Amino acid sequence: MNLSLLLLLPVITCLAIVCCKGLKQVRAVAFTGAGIQLLLAFVLLVLFWQERSSGNAAPMLFKSGYVWFASFNINYHVGVDGISVAMILLTAFVVLAGVLVSWNTETMFKEFFFLLIFLSAGAYGFFISLDLFMLFFFLELAVIPKFLLIGIWGSGNKEYSAMKLALMLMAGSALVFTGLVGLYFNTAVTKGGAHTFDLLQIAQMQIPVQAQMLFFPFLFVGFGIFTALFPFHTWVPDGHSSAPTAASMFLAGISMKLGGYGCLRVATYLMPDAAHTYAPYIILLATIAIIYGAFVTMMQKDLKYINAYSSVSHCGFVLLGIGMLTKTSITGAVMQMVSHGLMTALFFAAIGMLYSRTHTRMVDKLGGLLKIMPFISTVFVLAGLCSLGLPGLSGFVAEMTVFMGSWQNPQMLYRLATILACASIVVTAVYILRAVGKTVMGPVTDSHYNSLSDGSWNERLAAILLFAGIIAIGIAPFWLNKLITPGVEIIMQQAGKAVTLK
Amino acid sequence: MMEQFFLLARQELVLTLVIFILLIIKVGSAEWSNKAIFNLVNLLLLINFVSGFLFVQDGMLFNEMFHTNRLIFTEKNILNLGTLIISLQAYDWIQQHKHVIEFYLLLLSTLLGMFFMISAGNLLMFYLGLELASIPLAAMANFDLEKRQSSEGAMKFIISSAFSSGLLLFGISMLYGTTGTLIFSELPQYLTGSDLQLFALVLLIAGFAFKISVVPFHLWTADVYEGSPVAVTAYLSVISKGAAVFVFVSVLYTVLKPLAESWYHILFILSVLTMLVGNLFALRQKNIKRLLAFSSIAQAGFILVGISGGSKAGMASVIYFILVYIFSNLGAFGVVAIVSALSGKENLDDYKGFYKTNPFLAWVMAVSLFSLAGVPPAAGFFGKFFLLIAGAGKGNYLLIVVAALNMIISLYYYLKLVKIMFIDRNEHEPIATLPVNIYPKIALLICMAGIILSGLISGVYEYIYAVSFG
Repeated sequence: MNLSLLLLLPVITCLAIVCCKGLKQVRAVAFTGAGIQLLLAFVLLVLFWQERSSGNAAPMLFKSGYVWFASFNINYHVGVDGISVAMILLTAFVVLAGVLVSWNTETMFKEFFFLLIFLSAGAYGFFISLDLFMLFFFLELAVIPKFLLIGIWGSGNKEYSAMKLALMLMAGSALVFTGLVGLYFNTAVTKGGAHTFDLLQIAQMQIPVQAQMLFFPFLFVGFGIFTALFPFHTWVPDGHSSAPTAASMFLAGISMKLGGYGCLRVATYLMPDAAHTYAPYIILLATIAIIYGAFVTMMQKDLKYINAYSSVSHCGFVLLGIGMLTKTSITGAVMQMVSHGLMTALFFAAIGMLYSRTHTRMVDKLGGLLKIMPFISTVFVLAGLCSLGLPGLSGFVAEMTVFMGSWQNPQMLYRLATILACASIVVTAVYILRAVGKTVMGPVTDSHYNSLSDGSWNERLAAILLFAGIIAIGIAPFWLNKLITPGVEIIMQQAGKAVTLK
Repeated sequence: MMEQFFLLARQELVLTLVIFILLIIKVGSAEWSNKAIFNLVNLLLLINFVSGFLFVQDGMLFNEMFHTNRLIFTEKNILNLGTLIISLQAYDWIQQHKHVIEFYLLLLSTLLGMFFMISAGNLLMFYLGLELASIPLAAMANFDLEKRQSSEGAMKFIISSAFSSGLLLFGISMLYGTTGTLIFSELPQYLTGSDLQLFALVLLIAGFAFKISVVPFHLWTADVYEGSPVAVTAYLSVISKGAAVFVFVSVLYTVLKPLAESWYHILFILSVLTMLVGNLFALRQKNIKRLLAFSSIAQAGFILVGISGGSKAGMASVIYFILVYIFSNLGAFGVVAIVSALSGKENLDDYKGFYKTNPFLAWVMAVSLFSLAGVPPAAGFFGKFFLLIAGAGKGNYLLIVVAALNMIISLYYYLKLVKIMFIDRNEHEPIATLPVNIYPKIALLICMAGIILSGLISGVYEYIYAVSFG
């Protein structure tokens, strides 16, 4: 399959949206475009599967490449492994659901759908890139649309949040940029030889350990900002809670995963020596994020803030899994990325549906909604249960894998971190059950609510779509496991090589 | 010999021809309408631009006084294109102005001066071109005849420009004193790095720093930019700066190459200062022209990072960045020019709710600002990326970290303007829906096409790389 289709399709959809008139046409085009994206992602999955089962064990499949800037040795080079396929599928799910929940956007709808689809192009481009320049290009591509989505269609203190998000993400990419340039100039095999940005080529090289030590923090922290690494997580709550529903879904569901994917694919994969050295620090920060995020969430009263802070905590598991550097823990980290992407998108979708009807997101003011809106409330409860890790749903599988992988490390510090991270689940249960229980159970707090309607077809479709993904992973995790394991093994080989060389 | 002369110096000759035609029209009895002059000049500029692509060859004239090659043809073409875009964008302003012929006379004289400066093979010729390029500019800065600010700006410009010329001349004379020659190709072999030569180097760099408004020689920039008519401001910030950068790079990479060790350190300090000061001052500006002035100072800092690379990639990235910068900055100035000519508003707050009334202009402005900020897929992203890679070639990652941090600061004020246009509402009186004429529209569309295509299509950069040296 030609992977460039994944880029071409959103671009064509965007152009078609520009040419459309009226909300009906625009959303029909956006819906069709997003639908074909999902279809394409499934086709990719099937083809990938066939290729793998026919015995093709190459690290990246469906590769294609063209020379882009010959003088800097920059190429347009794409290819996927199991991890990228999982991420692409996640993106397709979230984008389609995002289009569906924004069905009735009235102000500047054309720009809204344009930016939403444009964002998806950035995400696909990021996940299929095998050239670091390209990867960086797509990483930055998505910053400005997010700024506009939050600034124009957001709520609350939206200008502040939009600016904070844009600047912090830009700071992240500035760090990534420095790291990439540093890496680039350390890629020459012989003195004076050509430098390269090619991911697979760099993976074959031995980057000098000193350079790794210097540039690994840049890359890891830079990507880490995208995925709410502890002291740099502050854009997450503001950005998520001010954003319109679809943008929140995209931000938490996909955008934060760009960071996790980058930490894994670029920082850890290309600089394994440094990854081993810095692992304790990563684990420390990730553990703080998990516990701190959970406790802060307990104090929140706004549903969107609850989900945003819980995202900080949940993305901590991703970083924890990466930092532990065992095969199981990294598999768990990838699973957690997929699972959290679906789950948080569903949560934000449900919150958006509630908010558009009741016009409040404050837990205190809501109550008894299960009687009035059974469908939406059920979705809300299910998303909550997935978040707290109920067996049978995706959250349980992912977190369990991370914990098991983490425990494989015999050192005391790592064990301690694992125990603390496990303990945070109790806190998660407290805030989720409290928020969900207060919102959907009990007496109806406001008589206005009695006249509200339940989910419309588009909202139901979006919720069912995301929930299908969650339950599929929850019941049959071996599918996802089988998909991503070969990719993880290659990363682990790289990390193992680093250890044996010492 | 004669064909050589016509072939090699044809870009200069066409400009001279236009200047003479304009003079004849001026002294003639027939009254030409502003529009007719506008059409004539732009047509000839377009012809000049197209001719720059044909029969390109290397050569020298007048005992190495004037030399040209594919690189120089490309540079002149870039400047010519920029001037054409500015001229088209100024349509509304030119229609209202009483002295259009004089304006074009001065404009084309400065362009001619820049062409000579770029083609110079001798320090005297270089100085001649430089003066021809700067003196008419001061008159142009004064072209809003009723505004006091305009005169004030022109006065500041002429004084600082004379001062910088003095520094340059002093440097040139010392260089001559220590080497005994003024010819570019002979100078390097006599450069030994003696104290006097290093002093000359410092003076030369200071002179150039004035022209490209590098901190601490930037103090004239904001006032002159604010006072001048928008077309002149655009010309100053893009074409004048671009020409000076072109010459600066070639002089550093050829004539002053033996002193590379010394100028590398000077450029390092200047670029860090320029980026920081330009960006920090830009944060507080309320007038859009002053904002763009400080942003252009900051951009000059990035250009110095690329120059400090001292390699072929350094030169190519600098020239490429100037091209991209022409598209991006002229996109922004084009919008400011239309708004200023038709509504007289130039403050940031006036742009509140601009998107509601003028969606096309607001998008042009936003895309240009994104390109200036270096956000993909705009060409500015590629321009900055390549500049910084070229700068990092020497292994000085500190410079890259500083530059990357500065990109964050600059993003803040660019985004602030986007926020003002797209998000803020205007209770008082928003800028009314402005009629955009066909000529400015064409110019803006050229800028947009340039911003989007010259990055994604690698041929542009690769061509410039092929003709560069270093």
